[in-house]
Amino acid sequence: MQRAVRLDLYRRLLRLRLVEERIAELYPQQEMRCPVHLSIGQEAAAVGVCAALEKGDWSMSGHRPHAHYLAMGGDLNAMMAELYGRATGCCGGKGGSMHLIDRKAGFMGATAIVASTIPMAVGAAFGSQVRGEKRVVVSFLGDAAVEEGVFHEAANFAVLKKLPVVFACENNLYSVYSGLGVRQPKGRVIHRQAASYGMKALAGDGNDVEESLALARQAVAWARSGKGPVFLELATYRWREHCGPNYDNDLGYRTMKEYRAWRKLCPLEAYERVLRKAKLLGDAELGLMRKDIAAELDAAVRFAKDSPAPDPKTLMTDVYAGAA
Amino acid sequence: MKFGEAVREALDFCLGADPDVVVMGLGVPDPKGVFGTTVGLQKKHGAKRVMDMPTAENGMTGVLLGATLAGLRPVMVHQRLDFAVLAVEQIVNQAAKWRYMYGGRQSAPLVFRLITGRGWGQGTQHAQSLHSWFAHIPGLKVVMPATPGDAKGLLISAVEDDDPVVFIEHRWLHGVHGDVPAGAHRVPLGSARVARAGHDVTLFGVSYMVLECLRAAEFLAEHGVSAEVFDPRTLRPFDEAAFLASVRKTGRLVVADTSWTFSGFSAEAAALAADKAFSALKAPIKRLGLADCPMPSTPALANLCYPRAQELVDAAWSVCGKAGPAPRLPAPTTPLDVPDPSFTGPF
Ligand SMILES: Cc1ncc(C[n+]2csc(CCOP(=O)(O)OP(=O)(O)O)c2C)c(N)n1
Ligand SMILES: [Mg+2]
Repeated sequence: MQRAVRLDLYRRLLRLRLVEERIAELYPQQEMRCPVHLSIGQEAAAVGVCAALEKGDWSMSGHRPHAHYLAMGGDLNAMMAELYGRATGCCGGKGGSMHLIDRKAGFMGATAIVASTIPMAVGAAFGSQVRGEKRVVVSFLGDAAVEEGVFHEAANFAVLKKLPVVFACENNLYSVYSGLGVRQPKGRVIHRQAASYGMKALAGDGNDVEESLALARQAVAWARSGKGPVFLELATYRWREHCGPNYDNDLGYRTMKEYRAWRKLCPLEAYERVLRKAKLLGDAELGLMRKDIAAELDAAVRFAKDSPAPDPKTLMTDVYAGAA
Repeated sequence: MKFGEAVREALDFCLGADPDVVVMGLGVPDPKGVFGTTVGLQKKHGAKRVMDMPTAENGMTGVLLGATLAGLRPVMVHQRLDFAVLAVEQIVNQAAKWRYMYGGRQSAPLVFRLITGRGWGQGTQHAQSLHSWFAHIPGLKVVMPATPGDAKGLLISAVEDDDPVVFIEHRWLHGVHGDVPAGAHRVPLGSARVARAGHDVTLFGVSYMVLECLRAAEFLAEHGVSAEVFDPRTLRPFDEAAFLASVRKTGRLVVADTSWTFSGFSAEAAALAADKAFSALKAPIKRLGLADCPMPSTPALANLCYPRAQELVDAAWSVCGKAGPAPRLPAPTTPLDVPDPSFTGPF
């Protein structure tokens, strides 16, 4: 892979990490008054998958959408302002953290109901196919989303119509504090189950950004060529609490041993090691990147905090079309 | 005892009293135990009867409905009412019809514990209070307790009831304290409660709005208005006799709902009063509910959506024909999007 591509991947990973660490740091100020689900530890899957897309491709996500939105190129200022509930937020403050959208960047929405955007992503691909638009649509989902009926209904239709959809499943082993063991039978391999519907299935290390990218490229190429949907399962792990800025290992729903093992597999540190070894990245470049991103973030936080709250008049707008 | 603990006590009682009772829901056995309401139950009553489930609301509702065929009496728990919307097919098309369409040969002794969210940016899909939907359906019972004692007493009655019961808990009630009788405390479904007696106006509150009604009534008393606070406790079956008695006594009615007014339960209450107590009414009926839009996330807008004690005071003042502007309650000292100062988000 070219030096510039690799450095860019690293930079994207670092940016996601720093954005969410900043959110975690600022959250206790109680100015972001909405639930936040952070993707810290899961960045490589988002970056790898989105880096495989072309302009004009779309994606949708669920309750944990920050990384997907940003990896698609979603506007950082508008996301921060949305978390702060400001008029300049990507939904004008009406959505909050779980409902990000940036249509210009191809991020077509996220919703708080588990699995509900899966059929929508399939539908976006269906609509595009009907209109003859060559577009791939990525549906970001978690390991719990495949337990919902809509996943299976939508997957069936996607295969039936050979729709250009990539189901990008970030398997982080948990749904809130419930491990896979109480939700799916022992031995279940999610992507194999998906394959049984007749779609192509791929799987790999979601903490390895190059592997995620390589798999996503295969998936996207397959989908774009008209062969139908692909299920891409990426193994990863959420570091912090399910919802909120803190750590929750004290609750005892997962072991410290497991947590520490995954922490060692930090997608960011792993890639940094790779790039340093290849002599592509040194302290100087890293320092510069960090400084750049920090400046961008400072500006975004300032933008959000300085933005006005939504005008009370907007409460009743957007309920229906034509009402401003 | 807190409301949330009372819910837990009721479940504990039912699990202990009847081996056919099972409790299932996402996160039921997890360390946080659905806001504390299921903590320790799995340990005490076993993983066979108290359990987590796949993220599959509609399917699992059908599974539990099917389990009633074998004699189980399941309690299904949803951390947000909005998640049960996925299961409306099984609840409305199936469970609600079960007894009737089989000519009485089936029974669906199920309880759905649904928690209504509010505050801290819960937004469009985590703060809906859709009790009016459920109350619309013959075959379903709908319970909305406002006190810890009623939470326990009504939940026990709901579990022991032979029909499907939608039991709706307002998230902001979970931390509220109150007296809870020990042991087998039952409050019959379909029995209302006068939470505070008065003679000038009836303030009808649904769920959390009972608390706002009580605040308003207390304040109104200082200003020469005697408000009666009526807590229906169950919306279906509805205690029409108690409701009409209150309206006939005061001659004035203000209904405060936790949801939208349009086509909602407040319309049912107003219609009943107009239909059956018309001659007693001295003033038009007033209804208070959410702003008629989906719930926005930002507190700047969400705070505008909820009626509070002040709006109740204003409404009571107006229906009582009082001169001049209504007296103002002291401004709230805690932010409007949290139930109490101890709540710091995020869920
Ligand atoms: C239909 C529905 N049921 C339950 C919930 C509550 N809930 C919110 S996030 C979540 C966990 C989902 O797990 P997963 O899909 O693996 O995503 P992760 O949080 O691990 O990223 C659950 C159960 C919900 N939002 N929607
Ligand atoms: Mg998960």
